[in-house]
Amino acid sequence: MAIRLKPTGVVVVGLGAAGGVAVLPLAQAGIDVIGLEAGTWLTRKDFAPDEIRNNVRAWPMAVQKANHEVPTHRSNSSAPTTRASSHPMMNAVGGTTLHYWAQHWRLNAWDFKVASETTRRYGASRIPKGSTVEDWPFGIEELEPYYDKVEYEIGVSGQAGHIKGTIDRRGNIFEAPRQREYPMPPLRSTGFLDLMSAAARSLGWHPFPGPAAVNSRPYQNRSACMYHGFCNRGGCHVDAKNGPHVTTIPKAEKTGRLKVVTRAHVTTIEVDARDRATGVTYVTDGVEYSQPAEVVLLASYTYENTRLLLLSKSKAFPNGLSNNHGQVGRHYFSHATGHGVTALFPWNINAWYGLPAQGVAVDDWADDNFDHAGLDFVGGGNLWVFSDRRPISAANMSTFGRAPGWGSAWKKFIMENADRGNTAYLQKTTLPYEDNYLDLDPVVRDPLGFPVCRITAEFKDNERRIGAFIQDKMDQWYRAAGALAVQQGAAGTMGPSTHAYGGTRMGDNPETNVVNRWGFSHEVPNLGILGASVMGTSGAHNPTGTVQALAWRTAEYLVKNWKAVTT
Amino acid sequence: MAANRDDPADTGVSRRDLLKQIGLAGAVVAIPLRATEPDAFEQIRTTTTAAVSGERFETLTADEGELLEAVVARIIPTDANGPGAAEARAARYIDRALSGALAGSRKAYADGLAALDRYSRSTRGASFARLPAADQDAVLRDLETGSAAGFSEPTASAFFAMVRAHTIQGTFGDPFYGGNANFVGWDLLGYPGVRLVVTADEQRLGTTLTPIRRSAYEHAMFVKATARRSEIELPLIPADRHFHGD
Repeated sequence: MAIRLKPTGVVVVGLGAAGGVAVLPLAQAGIDVIGLEAGTWLTRKDFAPDEIRNNVRAWPMAVQKANHEVPTHRSNSSAPTTRASSHPMMNAVGGTTLHYWAQHWRLNAWDFKVASETTRRYGASRIPKGSTVEDWPFGIEELEPYYDKVEYEIGVSGQAGHIKGTIDRRGNIFEAPRQREYPMPPLRSTGFLDLMSAAARSLGWHPFPGPAAVNSRPYQNRSACMYHGFCNRGGCHVDAKNGPHVTTIPKAEKTGRLKVVTRAHVTTIEVDARDRATGVTYVTDGVEYSQPAEVVLLASYTYENTRLLLLSKSKAFPNGLSNNHGQVGRHYFSHATGHGVTALFPWNINAWYGLPAQGVAVDDWADDNFDHAGLDFVGGGNLWVFSDRRPISAANMSTFGRAPGWGSAWKKFIMENADRGNTAYLQKTTLPYEDNYLDLDPVVRDPLGFPVCRITAEFKDNERRIGAFIQDKMDQWYRAAGALAVQQGAAGTMGPSTHAYGGTRMGDNPETNVVNRWGFSHEVPNLGILGASVMGTSGAHNPTGTVQALAWRTAEYLVKNWKAVTT
Repeated sequence: MAANRDDPADTGVSRRDLLKQIGLAGAVVAIPLRATEPDAFEQIRTTTTAAVSGERFETLTADEGELLEAVVARIIPTDANGPGAAEARAARYIDRALSGALAGSRKAYADGLAALDRYSRSTRGASFARLPAADQDAVLRDLETGSAAGFSEPTASAFFAMVRAHTIQGTFGDPFYGGNANFVGWDLLGYPGVRLVVTADEQRLGTTLTPIRRSAYEHAMFVKATARRSEIELPLIPADRHFHGD
């Protein structure tokens, strides 16, 4: 029998990128908030620059709850099911923002209107067959003030390209208008990045430094970035990487309204006999607790958001919470980020240090920034060249068919070329489809006996065609910069990803969406859902900036409409 | 709460000091170094560049250890281009890890090394460790391509891929784990070492950086524990090889 705790105003399930941001506007409004987090606090001293621990042994991901709940994956309903050995997300206060790359983009205006804009510009037949894509219930102008709030509250470095109608060619000339500059200038460039920028300009493209949730100078009493090279899969040793654990969560705690509960493993969202959430049940060290709340905000990442809803069955919701329209788990997709391109240069590029967010972007081929009239796909990709290498990853570099994989000839090759390879990161527009979805695995269970999430999804023709198109652009860019050889990687699968979307999509129509335009369930009025699980499109950029803007907006809506939501 | 998770006494360097030194002051100053376990690092420094064979192993049997040392020495050979996995003590890294993070691979090593030696004796008439280098390479190629007989679980090619991956880890990883002795792996690649602060000049093209030969854990601010590692089986393939950005 669960131990019943004192009721609170809002219980937030998960203190990662989304929940960790939402707690601040709530606490500042004087609402009592309990933040339940499966992981623990980690600090600067936990973040040694150690490639074996961080990258090889997948610490800090290979710890705690998520790794007992790794989703299974099959490409389609008749394909075999497989399971990865570790989860790319981590449990901690701050969640995966501790070890993420910290690229902090806004979406493009087109991403909010893929269905209508594709139809308008190219005709309805150009919407890929089987895609369930819908326009968002609002345009980017609705989200702009929240992007701005989050960029200043969390701390984002970057170069604006479009402020209120004025284009600045140092930034992204394709971005939607923003109200002001980023709070900090972009992270600095490097010799190699300067070279790549010049090569892009020689092609007539528009390179610019990408936005990063990393301090380019001291900000809010935290240090500037040290560029030491262990940001990828590692936390920051000087707290210059701006996750909620060093920004919004401590600030919310200072109001006295936020109580952080760590090592809390939420198992069920509780409901009454009608349609209202009454709180959550969680387990810590084998002891079950019941936390009543007037409002539940579910912010536990895409796979777990769907899983917790499907596991929370009741009389009123026999197929899982908020699932009486059968939409929980639908419209799932993971960002097409495979199709990498790797180059070999004839000279050292001095890329031993730096971080993945320190890079140069080209958006000329992203989303609908170019004419698709003569092409056989819609959408596009962001080209991202960055500085990020460590010794083990360098030794594992491709030999470009120029040496065997071991022995003296291999050793000679890596001695010469360890500082001459570079791999670009290409994020592509990815769409939801009718037959790509999440549900509960019929066989695999977690240690508590609950089924894990099952992914049934594969990239379709539109994603593959974007991939091939974008790889050719990247190939061209590397060669313009003097690359000796260029290799194109495979597409990858839609298995567990750090860029996972959908499952609880946002939209006005309850027949096709789980949450309304404010992020609250169509079926359970006092249940809000935060995270990329509400996003119906990905665009060609990292999701975290959008996730945090949406989380702030949902929290602010709750503050302003407390009575309406809670009664 | 704040005091618990941010105790300057625990880190050896306070936030204020750090900001003063490297952030707000604008100038770049090295973060102070205070080795708390001098003995462990003494070992890193005093290991000779010559390979030490016949060393006592912590996990493997003496026979297994001898075989493994012979294998790693062919994967990254000592040759005209300098020291290799033998001098880096990659076998010591693997041996130690097999009682820790790689414990789940202990049986794979026992079975794989036994199968390797049987295959070597039946096709070349001698234990792998006693074969000339060219014959050792031929045997390892048979493993790599999967043509070597007598392997079951792991298969010959899976066993080879596993040993190769671990040899690379033991040669190029942080010396804290027992390999990369004397930093021979980092020197081999031209990796200039772990720096906690990297300047703009150090990221320019054509810059020659002075190598820093120092384990991450010689910086006193970092916790040495491998964290709250779960009991799950850890992946054999380095996470970096599954290229996926965040």
